[in-house]
Amino acid sequence: MIDPLEQMIRHEGGRVLATLVRLTGDFTLAEDAVQDAVVQALQRWPRDGLPHNPAAWLTTVARNRALDVLRREARRTTKETDARLLDQVELVAGERTTDSMVRDDLLRLLFTCCHPALSFEARTALALRTLCGMTTGEIAAAYLVPESTMGQRISRAKQKIATARIPYRVPADHELPDRLPAVLAVIHAIVTTGHHSPGGELDARQDLAAEGIRLARLLHGLMPDEPECTGLLALSLATHARRDARRDEAGEVVLMVDQDRSRWRHDEIAEAAALLDHAVHLHRPGQYQAQAAIACLHGLAPTFDATDWSQIASLYATLERFAPTPVVRVNRAVAVAHADGAGPALRLLDELPAAAVDRWHLYWSARGEMLARLQRPDDAVAAFGRALECSPNEGDRRFLLRRRRQIAGEGPQPS
Amino acid sequence: MPRYAALIYGPEQTDSSAPPEVWAAIMAEYNDFGATAGAAGVLVGGEALQDTGTATTVHVQGGAKGGEVVTTDGPFAETKEVLGGFYLLDCANLDDALHWAAQIPGAWHGRVEVRPVIDFSQGQ
Repeated sequence: MIDPLEQMIRHEGGRVLATLVRLTGDFTLAEDAVQDAVVQALQRWPRDGLPHNPAAWLTTVARNRALDVLRREARRTTKETDARLLDQVELVAGERTTDSMVRDDLLRLLFTCCHPALSFEARTALALRTLCGMTTGEIAAAYLVPESTMGQRISRAKQKIATARIPYRVPADHELPDRLPAVLAVIHAIVTTGHHSPGGELDARQDLAAEGIRLARLLHGLMPDEPECTGLLALSLATHARRDARRDEAGEVVLMVDQDRSRWRHDEIAEAAALLDHAVHLHRPGQYQAQAAIACLHGLAPTFDATDWSQIASLYATLERFAPTPVVRVNRAVAVAHADGAGPALRLLDELPAAAVDRWHLYWSARGEMLARLQRPDDAVAAFGRALECSPNEGDRRFLLRRRRQIAGEGPQPS
Repeated sequence: MPRYAALIYGPEQTDSSAPPEVWAAIMAEYNDFGATAGAAGVLVGGEALQDTGTATTVHVQGGAKGGEVVTTDGPFAETKEVLGGFYLLDCANLDDALHWAAQIPGAWHGRVEVRPVIDFSQGQ
């Protein structure tokens, strides 16, 4: 766990980096300069106390550092670009950074990191590194890849931004329908990866969800009139609110039906519901608002049995229009099973093409549950067998084995 | 006079993957060819491309103009479709280049790979 002062310095570093990238037009130079300023802050602030304006302090130190490097480069080479950059950075050395400039800088950085010409993995890593101040090692640990792999991924992405000239700008309004979903998808993926921690004990992953929520909050603050940004924040808050109940002490998956609802963070659920209420009044529905509505309905239900399943089933039908994926269909079927029974739910699953779901453990376990409820224990056991063959995760496998034993041994189970 | 495109294939070469002397020798060979073919009057134009790590592939969905533009990181790697031609685009940045690439009919009949040309005057 990172201490609060270090956390604060890193997050301020993200704002400062956004400004430095604008000033220098050079990701690597800007990162080195900000890194230097952060190291100085980590040494001085605990000893001397916080400066009056931490962000301004970091910006000045980082800007001076970048100037030093550029001056040295300008003396060493005759590269025209460095001289031009030096002028540009010196010119604004006296500028007072306003809130709206910081806002624009942050948006530019977010859209550049999430540019569709970068691979999805690279976008995620860049956003975490630049806007959240996570180190390459921390990101590698969170995504369970070697640090060298993550380092290459990040440096390759930065190189592509520079060489292919991915522009550092906020897309125009008419481009937003294409570009905003890429940003939303990156942030959503960060939050959900944080929730699917393999052992339930990896700090790196728990932190990931918190950083994802910070990004969602940042984006919502930067684009308050975009209902999907608000929807994503609401969704992230409402799902993160269940974090303490999602796994038991042994790290086993606890299904929503068995979760201790007193361990849900009801203040966070209430905030999510208020945000969603604001978003839907803008009358521009979208997939994140639909998902947030589902998460809020779960969060506000006093018990599992008191959940408004028919409302949730119809929200999944709405969601499926925006995102016609097998994942959405399976979730919709589960809601329909609770609202209307396992028969109609199984028919929804049957409509999915086999190739799309054949190797997907959650499809097979959902199917197994429905078959068990339809008093077809043999078919149910076979479905759980398929789920086990496809399951990548030890915790999930233990859960599936337990369910299969229950169904095989005792016949149909209520769930 | 008929015109021909000579398309150059080979192992990936980057500044960092080859030692400077190897890189310099390859450059000398290309300069040599440029001088000879230029003197013979057969060379109309040509460019060196940045490595495939800088490539972006554009596809317009639906098989017709105006469909959703799908942009992916990386070069075009299918073996069934073959290189059918190229345009050289003068654009301020990658967004502009991708905007124009998505309007090339090849973007909906197949794929268009966009790669920056090496600017030797910038000392890359």
